[in-house]
Amino acid sequence: MRWAALLFGYAFLYTPIALLVLGSFNDSRLTTAWSGFSLRWYRALLHDPALIEAAWLSLRIAAISATGATILGTLAGLALARLGRFRGRAGFTALLAAPLVLPELLLGLALLLLFVLLERTLGWPGRGAGTVMLAHVTIGIAYVAFTVRARLAGGGTQLEQAAADLGAPPLTVLRRITLPLLAPALAAGWGLAFVLSLDDVVVASFVSGPGATTLPMLMFSTLRLGPTPVLNALATVLLALTLLLGWAAWRWRPVAGGKARH
Amino acid sequence: MIVFLPWAWLLAFVATPALILLAIALATPTDSVPPFALGWNPEPLALALTDPLYHAALGGSLRMAALTALLCLLLGYPMAMAIARAPARHRPLLRALVVLPFLTGVLLRLTAWIAILRDEGYLNAALLALGLIDAPLHLLHTEGAMLVGLAYVYLPFMVLPIEARLSAADPALAQAAADLGASPWRAFLHVTLPLSLPGVLAGVVLVAVPVSGEVVIPALLGAPESLTLGRVIWDAFFQERDWPQAAALAVVLLGLALIPLRWAKP
Repeated sequence: MRWAALLFGYAFLYTPIALLVLGSFNDSRLTTAWSGFSLRWYRALLHDPALIEAAWLSLRIAAISATGATILGTLAGLALARLGRFRGRAGFTALLAAPLVLPELLLGLALLLLFVLLERTLGWPGRGAGTVMLAHVTIGIAYVAFTVRARLAGGGTQLEQAAADLGAPPLTVLRRITLPLLAPALAAGWGLAFVLSLDDVVVASFVSGPGATTLPMLMFSTLRLGPTPVLNALATVLLALTLLLGWAAWRWRPVAGGKARH
Repeated sequence: MIVFLPWAWLLAFVATPALILLAIALATPTDSVPPFALGWNPEPLALALTDPLYHAALGGSLRMAALTALLCLLLGYPMAMAIARAPARHRPLLRALVVLPFLTGVLLRLTAWIAILRDEGYLNAALLALGLIDAPLHLLHTEGAMLVGLAYVYLPFMVLPIEARLSAADPALAQAAADLGASPWRAFLHVTLPLSLPGVLAGVVLVAVPVSGEVVIPALLGAPESLTLGRVIWDAFFQERDWPQAAALAVVLLGLALIPLRWAKP
């Protein structure tokens, strides 16, 4: 009975993905009728310059914004885990979690309005890949911060305390003890921020400008007209990429026997 | 010291945009670039709260959020319970299997659902092959398709908080209820369910709040005529270029989303 619920749940979650992968290798244009194994949709994918360009742009945006989110999110996570009750902690946590739980549409519209006002008063930033990166850093920070906090809550402070007692200055403690302890959380957080950036269509649609069409934006407009087998091939490539990242995150997941501290 | 940078970033890119959103909800639409003039104009907000079209959109959003949360709960609670009762060494893997699809990208999973649900899709092909139907059913672009897609995408957000609660609860309690003669159903109703309620509440909020402003899934799977707040905001902004009206509707959505967030802290 219990296992039936679980099996049904996993079947619900994984059957669509399995069919998608299967369809991408199907020679037929009609996705349901199997007419033989073929890589023609992958070849078509390689010969679609608009898709390649959008994919390349999205990968660059994802890598840069994930790095920015990891730096800021690590600082935020350190503050939450190690600073105790600092001034404004409640407000800080609320602002941090807001992009995580509120509809993404709100962040997209609000950020666009900010960018438009800034551009009008300061002449910066012009809308395009840069503004998408700023928005994606903002989305990614919370994911990194909460991953880092969970890791630190499980790790305990004894090592840092011992290093400090032995005369290590705070920056040395951070560099030699805290950051190595955090490495798995940093990798997982970076991967999450990367995947979220690569997946975002709503926020990017608002804050991007002409000439900066990200891959999700292109996929969204194509899907609205109806799916194509090329899209299946593209989705399968993206799936392989995210599975690789997911596997890496799982491999180096923060275990350390701890739960997130509240 | 270390708080300063993230604080500054969040103030600049979360708090300030929220205030600007409010300011532009009170601006006057113009034909200039950008298409608004700052000032004090309560009309967009008043319209957002009173116009019958926007009322229908609000109702559509609430209905979509509630039904999605219900579907996720019906599907996710038994899964969460099964994971929580599994041997502790298996739980991380079972949990990871719930999260993994979340990492694979929303558009990718919607591509898969479109392939399943469209007129010449897998589901219709299967039903036709089994002889259950004579002609393809129209499944895509219906409310049902949209709800299935929403439940599919948001399921992990329901399973994980419930599972966390159930795993943390002492299994001896359910055992004690059974030893004292409670039927499995009674033990569930009076012991397991109350213990898991905070997790259920967190799950409902984590699903319902983002779903209330969802745009992509309704656009790709939902009925073309269905109205939601996400859709009217999107259209007001991109089609009508009425930025103050879009901002005013967004303020309504924000207010709506903030109410349940007071109960359940993520």
